Amino acid sequence: MKKSALSDPFEKARLEKGYGKMNDQDDPVTMILGLKEVRKCAHNWKTFQSGATPGRIVVPSEVNIRDTRQIPFEVDPPEHKGYRDLVEPWFKRPLEADYQRKLRQQMDEIVDEVLKKDTVEVVSDFSLRLQSRALTLLLNIPYEESEVWIGWGTHVFRSEDTALDGDKANILYDYIDEQISKAIETPGEDLYSMLLASEIDGRKLSREEVKGVMILTFAGGRDTVINAVTNSIAYFAEHPESLAQLKEHPEITGRAVEELIRYFAPLTHMGRVATKDTEVCAHAVKADSRISLCWASANRDTRAFENPNEIMLDRKLNPHVSFGFSTHNCLGATHARQIMHTLLISLAEKVKSIDIIDYKENIEELGEFKRKVGYDHISVKFHA
Amino acid sequence: MAKITFITTDNETITLEGTSGSVMQLAVDNNVPGIDGDCGGVCSCATCHVHVAPEHVEKTGEASEIEQDMLELDDHANEYSRLCCQLEINDHLDGIVLQVAESD
Repeated sequence: MKKSALSDPFEKARLEKGYGKMNDQDDPVTMILGLKEVRKCAHNWKTFQSGATPGRIVVPSEVNIRDTRQIPFEVDPPEHKGYRDLVEPWFKRPLEADYQRKLRQQMDEIVDEVLKKDTVEVVSDFSLRLQSRALTLLLNIPYEESEVWIGWGTHVFRSEDTALDGDKANILYDYIDEQISKAIETPGEDLYSMLLASEIDGRKLSREEVKGVMILTFAGGRDTVINAVTNSIAYFAEHPESLAQLKEHPEITGRAVEELIRYFAPLTHMGRVATKDTEVCAHAVKADSRISLCWASANRDTRAFENPNEIMLDRKLNPHVSFGFSTHNCLGATHARQIMHTLLISLAEKVKSIDIIDYKENIEELGEFKRKVGYDHISVKFHA
Repeated sequence: MAKITFITTDNETITLEGTSGSVMQLAVDNNVPGIDGDCGGVCSCATCHVHVAPEHVEKTGEASEIEQDMLELDDHANEYSRLCCQLEINDHLDGIVLQVAESD
């Protein structure tokens, strides 16, 4: 197996029964594994709700470390629509030329920087910094603020030895509280201020609602983007011909982005809570128990993808679910796609090859499954 | 060269001409409201949903199984639904009329 490969630990269970089981802090999860079933359950928000106790649909559950409801993520229709419509135009800004120009500038800068270094630890010296800097564009705040976020390290919710760390999470929540207070005092052109000035059903968004959107924005786009970027670097290290292909055929960049995101599935799965006794894949699901929609497994379903365990950069039909599906599809997808697109353009233009020197894989323990989602660290040398 | 007409959800009529690429790309390049094409045309996002005028269904042909699976869970889909990223522009499509579908 190549160093950059992410295997599919779900195949056997997906084919034999369509679901898997895992425990999580005594709140077990039935993982749904096939593409069709994942989509059906994602679409069926009435039976599989997101608007449960805040933090419960996340796996591992954040119920013990968070009370604030993430918005619009943990709200179901019909209320969901008002929130989503309110934030959607802001999160589509990555389609604007000026945003793309600034992102390109950031990307070229960091790629030039790592090309000059002897060795680079990709997770902290490249992906985290790139992700943090790009987030200043999404929030429309000064670039320098990214230094604060870079200082938090790679995981806002995790420390080395525990999957969930309440103290670390509080750093983020306290920071957001502080920034909201600042924006109340001195409104600007940033996301905090836009939210604080917004109305829903004829009333201003509450401070708690603003906080809910901001936590989602910070938390949803951190590990996911870092994993997507780091895995891509590892992949290109082992496939220099792919960099050459992108350089020669930049018109396939969009497809390449979707394919890398399909294959890496940076978020393995997302939970839902059953609102009634029901059944999935001929398996009983009890009311108030959890299921998860396993995007990573669905993306390897041979019923929809030819050679699913291979990266085919110009894959034409690619109905992946890495950004979720239906009502709650990823709000940050436009930003994430733009980051990946810009990364690929910049790498293809500037980088000839990459050598992997040393690495440690980040393996998720999911009950009967173990899944590589990225790297704890990976040192490489970039060559121009 | 094919002339393709979009009728938006606000009943605006937009007629465009294209020679190659997908109908979705033509619509996105010309800012047709309601056609977003978020995934760039790989049949992953369903943000390019149109209803083909019944008399033109013969020109567009049928959706593939993968496309049908996507449409199956769209509450606004009907028998004339297509994801227009899967419609390649060619002379055969000349004159078709596409109603941009509602979205949630």
